[in-house]
Amino acid sequence: MEYFVQQLINGLTLGSIYGLIAIGYTMVYGIIGMINFAHGDIFMIGAFISLAVFLLLTSVLGFAFLPVVLLIVLIVAMLFTSAWGWTVERLAYRPLRGSFRLAPLITAIGMSIVLQNFVQITQGARVKPLPPQIRGGVTVMQGSTEAGTIVVQLSYMQMIIIVTTLVLMAAFTLLIARTSLGRAQRACEQDRKMAALLGVNVDRTISLTFVMGAALAAVAGLMFLLLYGVIDFYIGFLAGVKAFTAAVLGGIGSLPGAMLGGLLIGLIEVFWSGYFTVEYKDVAAFSILAIVLIFLPSGLLGKPEVEKV
Amino acid sequence: MASSTTRVKTSDEKPAGDQAEQASRGHAPRPAGPDGGSRFQNSLRDAAMAAFLVAVLGFFFIGLRTDIAPGGLDIKARWTAWIVSILVVFGGRLALNLFVFKAERPVTVGLGAQISAVGDALPGLGKWLVRALLAFALVLPFFFMTAFPGKERQYIDLAILIMTYIMLGWGLNIVVGLAGLLDLGYVAFYAVGAYSFALLAQYFDFGFWMALPLAGLLAAFWGIILGFPVLRLRGDYLAIVTLAFGEIIRIVLLNWYQFTNGPDGISGIPKPTLFGLEFSRGDDGFAAFFGLDYSPIHRFIYLYYIILVLALITNVVTIRLRKLPIGRAWEALREDEIACRSLGINTRNTKLTAFAIGAMFGGFAGSFFATRQGFISPESFTFIESAMILAIVVLGGLGSQIGVVVASVAMIGGIEMLRNLGFLSQIFGSGFDPVQYRMLIFGLAMVLIMVWKPRGLVSTREPTAVLKEKKLIDAEAVAQGEGH
Repeated sequence: MEYFVQQLINGLTLGSIYGLIAIGYTMVYGIIGMINFAHGDIFMIGAFISLAVFLLLTSVLGFAFLPVVLLIVLIVAMLFTSAWGWTVERLAYRPLRGSFRLAPLITAIGMSIVLQNFVQITQGARVKPLPPQIRGGVTVMQGSTEAGTIVVQLSYMQMIIIVTTLVLMAAFTLLIARTSLGRAQRACEQDRKMAALLGVNVDRTISLTFVMGAALAAVAGLMFLLLYGVIDFYIGFLAGVKAFTAAVLGGIGSLPGAMLGGLLIGLIEVFWSGYFTVEYKDVAAFSILAIVLIFLPSGLLGKPEVEKV
Repeated sequence: MASSTTRVKTSDEKPAGDQAEQASRGHAPRPAGPDGGSRFQNSLRDAAMAAFLVAVLGFFFIGLRTDIAPGGLDIKARWTAWIVSILVVFGGRLALNLFVFKAERPVTVGLGAQISAVGDALPGLGKWLVRALLAFALVLPFFFMTAFPGKERQYIDLAILIMTYIMLGWGLNIVVGLAGLLDLGYVAFYAVGAYSFALLAQYFDFGFWMALPLAGLLAAFWGIILGFPVLRLRGDYLAIVTLAFGEIIRIVLLNWYQFTNGPDGISGIPKPTLFGLEFSRGDDGFAAFFGLDYSPIHRFIYLYYIILVLALITNVVTIRLRKLPIGRAWEALREDEIACRSLGINTRNTKLTAFAIGAMFGGFAGSFFATRQGFISPESFTFIESAMILAIVVLGGLGSQIGVVVASVAMIGGIEMLRNLGFLSQIFGSGFDPVQYRMLIFGLAMVLIMVWKPRGLVSTREPTAVLKEKKLIDAEAVAQGEGH
């Protein structure tokens, strides 16, 4: 029981990170109907920027008060990663709008290769370890088995991740539902040509969608860096595929769906490695992707796609 | 550049917002800028913006570098590299603006037209060019031996590598180019082929020629197994699921230690023999049998001819299949699945045959890879490999056989050429290694060619079914989705 609760907490933490990345996939898919394959690498870019800012602030400028440092890191990483997201869209996807359907997917794969190798060349291929910054936590429950006592810990780090995710989710839901930008996005999602005729700046709206997705991916990158403490240029691929799985599982195009899917994927992955085998945890995620797409293509909360002739 | 993009602009249906976008980037020759500034001012402003963007994007990647140092991570500044990259982008963008994008008569008009003309004329030159290429491929090892004595082994090895990719490209072309099913997990079949042969050799002592058909069959079988569940999916969903399958196979190969030896791989895979003659120094070897002096180069030449024949078989089978009902059904399926179904084509069987035949050729190529290397491990079958094969097919032009050849030679050969650029380290410092840029260049080429020529380098297609007379489908019509 205690083991189960601990895995539940770990799964929710991991799932929050996946959920944050999944929102980027789901928003882009909703608005232009393409899989932004490079989004996982945007997340990786975000993690690297977070690391650089953190090191600049702590070891070069000598700030020591951690909450302020983390806040600055968060804001700077969101800004700079957004610039990356914007650039990727501008260079690789916008010129292909209106081309055949698979063209943007192919440039997205190319862009993913470019980003990975750019970071590998400029920052080196070796992993970057960062010692844990936020220590400690609260004990949720305690139990004893014949092997000894098991303590269920909810660390401060995990609390921060879950709370930040919840706050950002709420903010984004409000943004989509209440602001004029959100309205423009929903309009573009339904009918791009009609939205353009009615005065919505379609290109700008799409760019902002990419910017928002990249900003959330940057948050996920910072969380990943703080939680695991190890990043390299290749983390984007697996995280990206899993987050995409989350977006599909929740129903692609749906924001709450992406979050729900992220949490489920996180839980499945953690329980799989907790109760079965660690080696095959990625197989679990990939199999879920295939199974969901085959048997439940519209996901848990998505709208079924109507095929028009 | 400009000429091809204007063509795309007229032929593609774009949302209204994009028209303004195209105009402001100035692909078409145009008078003054939209806000009345002169051409030079506009170019300058645009270049400054590009430079600013690079400054922002590169700040944390080029300007700073984190490194592992004693006692934690260390961050170092590299301001010269940062400033140089900004200046290079500013200068490059300004030159491009002045002479290409915003110029009255872009210098690339002639160039672009020439490249398109060459690409379009390829099928027109048609049979003769293909025959010349084929003849060249046939005498290639002897050409290398006479032209580059001492380096022939390296060059023949490169030719084998390129030929392997041509074969893989042709195999994938059946799935992606003809049937229109984007397969991001093609490397899985390559892996199945390689591991089939390696395991058959390890457990049952099979030779290359015995294992080859079995490896192809097993790969085709896996093609059907993996193809069956994804039949209902379309377009990009199918792509992602095939990617997932490819990764699953790799992870299983990596972790099933008792059977596949896991990350350590399988070594000691037997070399191919010529009717039982081994390419060894002994008395019963190839050289002794024919009374030649023993030379290790014989084996490389033999390997080259094996892969050449395998690739040609792939090509001939593809060309013939296109003229059979099944090939026509593939192409019809690619154009419109719903129309296909309403005309009574069994889409399930059509897709499965495409998957199976494509996978079979992947399997053949895989067992060739195993015998050439003598050692395989899951490392060789990562997603990047799939992406590379797909890039070759896409860049050559989906569905174009000669395009695959052009793209393989350009991409694989070009990447190998990077190894010869060692002199650049004298300019950029001793730490500069051009080889590490190969995947970066590969990705950039993928993006740029896709943006510039979405239908690939060879964008004309010869129709297989004709009414009365044969008309070439030109690039413009292909861009609109006609023929392939």
